[in-house]
Amino acid sequence: MSQRFLLGRLLDLAVVLFGISVVVFLMIRLIPGDAVAIMLGANTDITPERVAALESRLGLDQPILIQYGNWIWGALRGDFGTSVWTGRPVAQEIAANIWPTLELTLLSILVGAGLSIPLGAFMASARGKGAEVAVRIGAIAGLTIPSFWLGIVSIFVLSKLFPGFQALGYVPFTEDPLGNLQRMILPVIALSLPMLANLSRLVRSAMLDALGQDYIRTAKAKGASKRRLIYKHALRNALIPYITSVGVAAGYLLGGAIVVEQVFAIPGLGRLVLGAISERNYPLVQATILVMTAAFVIVNFLVDLLYAVIDPRVSK
Amino acid sequence: MTAFYARNKLLSFAIALVVLQLVAAIFAPFLGLQDPFAQVMVARMQGPSTANLLGTDQLGRDVLARIIYGYRTSLLTCLTAVSLALVVGGLIGMLAAYYRGWFDRIVMRLMDILFAFPIMLLAIAVIAVLGPTSWSAALAIAIVYTPIFARLLRGPALVICESEYVNGAKAIGASNWRIILIHLLPNLASVILVQTSLLLSAAILVEASLSFLGLGAQPPTPSLGLMLSEGRNFLLLSPWPAVFAGFAILLLSFGFNLLGDALRDTLDPRLRGAS
Repeated sequence: MSQRFLLGRLLDLAVVLFGISVVVFLMIRLIPGDAVAIMLGANTDITPERVAALESRLGLDQPILIQYGNWIWGALRGDFGTSVWTGRPVAQEIAANIWPTLELTLLSILVGAGLSIPLGAFMASARGKGAEVAVRIGAIAGLTIPSFWLGIVSIFVLSKLFPGFQALGYVPFTEDPLGNLQRMILPVIALSLPMLANLSRLVRSAMLDALGQDYIRTAKAKGASKRRLIYKHALRNALIPYITSVGVAAGYLLGGAIVVEQVFAIPGLGRLVLGAISERNYPLVQATILVMTAAFVIVNFLVDLLYAVIDPRVSK
Repeated sequence: MTAFYARNKLLSFAIALVVLQLVAAIFAPFLGLQDPFAQVMVARMQGPSTANLLGTDQLGRDVLARIIYGYRTSLLTCLTAVSLALVVGGLIGMLAAYYRGWFDRIVMRLMDILFAFPIMLLAIAVIAVLGPTSWSAALAIAIVYTPIFARLLRGPALVICESEYVNGAKAIGASNWRIILIHLLPNLASVILVQTSLLLSAAILVEASLSFLGLGAQPPTPSLGLMLSEGRNFLLLSPWPAVFAGFAILLLSFGFNLLGDALRDTLDPRLRGAS
């Protein structure tokens, strides 16, 4: 990887991170009506003193550039201010809710990305018109099944078949490893299915492309087994577009996790942000969205670098 | 007609699926359905029967009627959102490809920033600002899809801008707008058609997710996502409303996705077999 390529990508990353921080910062200022009065809400009388007190607590009485400077400086050090209702630091609330989301997302990526390679390879070996149509319909169906519906239906079916099965909630892995995994099975299936459908179709077409190349014919002529042909020769080249797609899929998973957490009553970032919206706890909404988006952007940055390592042509 | 069907079986099937659902949504008031708002307290949470083909919900409302009217809510929101995103994002993409230079660089950078947000998160952020209604959901989806359309159309537009007929048009002194509207736009039609259909399919899922989370249409509006979240609370007593509403979302999203996929094959035979 050339230094110039790395510097260029780092600059892009900085611009995008700065951009999302500005968007998230401005969010609270675009709320129609007076955000502060809305935040004070129905619980208290809205007096000018109370508005002024909250404004100064949130730093809203300062010039906008200084507000942004303070906010982003705090955010960089992990200080997102205090939650409006509980008075706890926002960073603490995020830290308390981040593990279930992280576990759900990572497991879903592992399952979706892991299964898509053998499934795609299997689909590539099925040729002919009937197989073609079946693969297509199957992939589109997998992509368009609403994950929350799949979740709800699977909860219902399992509760009828196995009344003792714990499908809802979350227990930390460190406390009860089996209980943790048991509760993760259904959400992971619901969340990873669209990704599995998308990726296995991609693996299949990349594989078919690769299998048509000259070097495969050569390997075949030299007597390589079918297994070796697929996994050793074709797969390597099929992996290049695959890696980018896994990075992009991570974003869909983060979004999908918000919905799936709601279905399975998992206390993750999704629940946190939805709760914060209904409580009008804007500092918490801002911080959660900033953290999740920044994580997604950084993951994609790393994927880009990985891509350049695997395929040196990219960084030229 | 039959020749078309023989050559494009998948496309014909996709068109039939989409048109059927569109027609049902548009002509819902004339289909002889029950009133989707009428609550019959003595007939709550009934399974399918001749009186209520898909059963009734927790307030005794007819599930079939609420699904068909739910199609209306969903399609109205998504068609508004995707058209808005297509016009704004498409224009941005075309103008960026046509003018290039600093305009291209700045505008596409802004699009990159919006594109960097995971879709659901950006939509949720927009709704946090605007408050939860169908219209905020539509605007949220439009904002999310604007950078996607801009990116999708900029690439092919760049190729067309380099073509000889665009250079020829410039040489004979055609105005910029004339070139963009008469030469660029029609040549992007197949890309636009395919991508609009695919993005509509995705938008339907986003809209359903948002209303499922309580961030879109509000009760008592008939909405597929809302039916699912209400049905979830009564799942063990009566799974029908949730099961049928979810299947309706799947059918709608599936139809548009298959349509886009089949259109891509038909309009661009070079891409046949690729995904």
